Amino acid sequence: MGLAIEAAGISKSYGGPAVLSSVNLKVEAGELFAILGPSGSGKSTLLRILDLLEQPDQGEVTFGGPESILWDGQRLRRRMTMLLQRSMMFRDTVFGNVAYGLRLRGLQEREIRDRVLNALGDVGLQGFERRKALTLSGGEAQRVAFARAIAIEPEVLFLDEFTANLDPPNIRMLESALAAYRQKTGCTVVLVSHNPFQAQRLAKRCLFLYQGEVLGSGPIDDVRRLDDDRTVAFFRGDLI
Amino acid sequence: MGELDIAQVVALSLYVSITATVLTSLVGLPLGAFLALKRFRGSWLMRTGVYTLFALPSVVVGLVVYTMLSHSGPLGVLDWLWTPIGMVLAESVLIFPLVTGLTMSAVSDVDESVRLTIRTLGASNRQLMMRVMHEARFGIFGAVMVGFGRAISEVGAVWMVGGNIKGSTQVITTAIMQQTQMGDFGTSFALAGILLIIAFVVFFVIREIQERG
Repeated sequence: MGLAIEAAGISKSYGGPAVLSSVNLKVEAGELFAILGPSGSGKSTLLRILDLLEQPDQGEVTFGGPESILWDGQRLRRRMTMLLQRSMMFRDTVFGNVAYGLRLRGLQEREIRDRVLNALGDVGLQGFERRKALTLSGGEAQRVAFARAIAIEPEVLFLDEFTANLDPPNIRMLESALAAYRQKTGCTVVLVSHNPFQAQRLAKRCLFLYQGEVLGSGPIDDVRRLDDDRTVAFFRGDLI
Repeated sequence: MGELDIAQVVALSLYVSITATVLTSLVGLPLGAFLALKRFRGSWLMRTGVYTLFALPSVVVGLVVYTMLSHSGPLGVLDWLWTPIGMVLAESVLIFPLVTGLTMSAVSDVDESVRLTIRTLGASNRQLMMRVMHEARFGIFGAVMVGFGRAISEVGAVWMVGGNIKGSTQVITTAIMQQTQMGDFGTSFALAGILLIIAFVVFFVIREIQERG
C-alpha cells in the first residue's frame, strides 16, 4: 500500500525570484496524482522536494500511512523513488542497473535476481540482462529505468515527465507497466507532466502550477474548466 | 655496460614508482572525488590549488623534500635521505596533485543526472561517492596510470633526494644521466629504450581499458 503525502506552504527560490510560492498539496494513499503546468512552472522542483531530494525554504512535507511519518532520514527516502525524464543508465549491464537499488538495500543475491528478472519482464525486456545499458535506445533505456524503479518496490513513485520524447509504442508500454504495478502494489504515484492529455488519461486529480503558484487543484475536469486564460490554453495544448 | 646492473636499476625504478603511485592513489582518489562532489567554504580554492600544483617543477619538489629529510629538517630523524623510501616520498609529493586533480576532473565529468539518479534510488552520501567513482572508473584509472608514468620518468627530485647511489638509489632516469655524462651512450640508449617500453605498456593498457569502456 502506498503512502499518503501532504505538503504545506512549500516555498523555494534559488536566490532569484521564487520558484515555488506557498504550495499546498494532498495526495491520498494509493492515488495517482498529477502535477501539471508549462515548462518553468516549478513542477520538477516541487517533485524533488516531495521526494526529499531537496529541502524547501519554507513549508513541510509529511507522509502518512497508518500513522503520520515525518523525515526519518534514509529509511523514509528508501520507501520512495523517482523516475526522471532523462533517466541515466549506469556504465553497467542492464542487470547491474536494475539490481543497483536492491544492492543498496542489502538484499540477498537470489532475491535480487528474481526481482530484476520480474521487473524486466514487466517492461517487456526479458533477455536484456547482459546487454550493456549504454548501448540501449532511448525507449529501451527508459523502460530499464522504470524496471529499476519498480524493482525496489517503492511505496511512492514520482514520475518526472517519464514518457517525454518517447514514441507511442514505448509510451503505451510504460503506461501499461505503471497500471500493472499500481494494481499489484497499491503504490502512490505523483506524475509531473506538461502534457495535459497524458494527465487526463492517467490521473483523476491534479494540481496546476504556473510560475511557481498554484492556479488550481482538485479533480482534473474541474481544473480544466477553470475560468483562467492560462489554464484554458494549457489544457488546449497551446501552452507548453 | 661496465658495472651497471640494469636489472637492479629497472627493478628499483618500478618499486619506487609503483609504491609512490599506490600510496598517492590511496589518498588522492578519495580526496579528488570528495573535492569534485562537495561544495564547502574554500573548496574552490582547494580545487584551483590542486590544478596549480600540476605545474610544480620536480626540482622544487626535490628541494622541499630534501630540506624536510636532511638532518636539520623536521623529518631528519627518520633518516630517509639517500634511501628508496625518501625517493618514494618525493615521487608521491610530485604526482599527488596530478592523481588528485585528474580524479577530480573524471568525477566532475559524471553527468549531474547520473548523480541525481543514484540519489533517487536511495544511496547514502558514501554510496553516492562510491557509485560516482565507479562510473568514472576509466578516467580514474587513467589518472593513476598518468601518475605512474610521471613517477617513473622523474629525474630531478629523485636525484636530489636519492643521490643516484649505484646499487642503492639509482633508477633508470638518473642512470641515463650519469651514463651520458660518462660518455657511455650505448647504455644510456638501452635504458632510455627500457623506459619507453614501460611507458608504452602503461599507456597501451590505458587505451585498451578506455576503449573497452
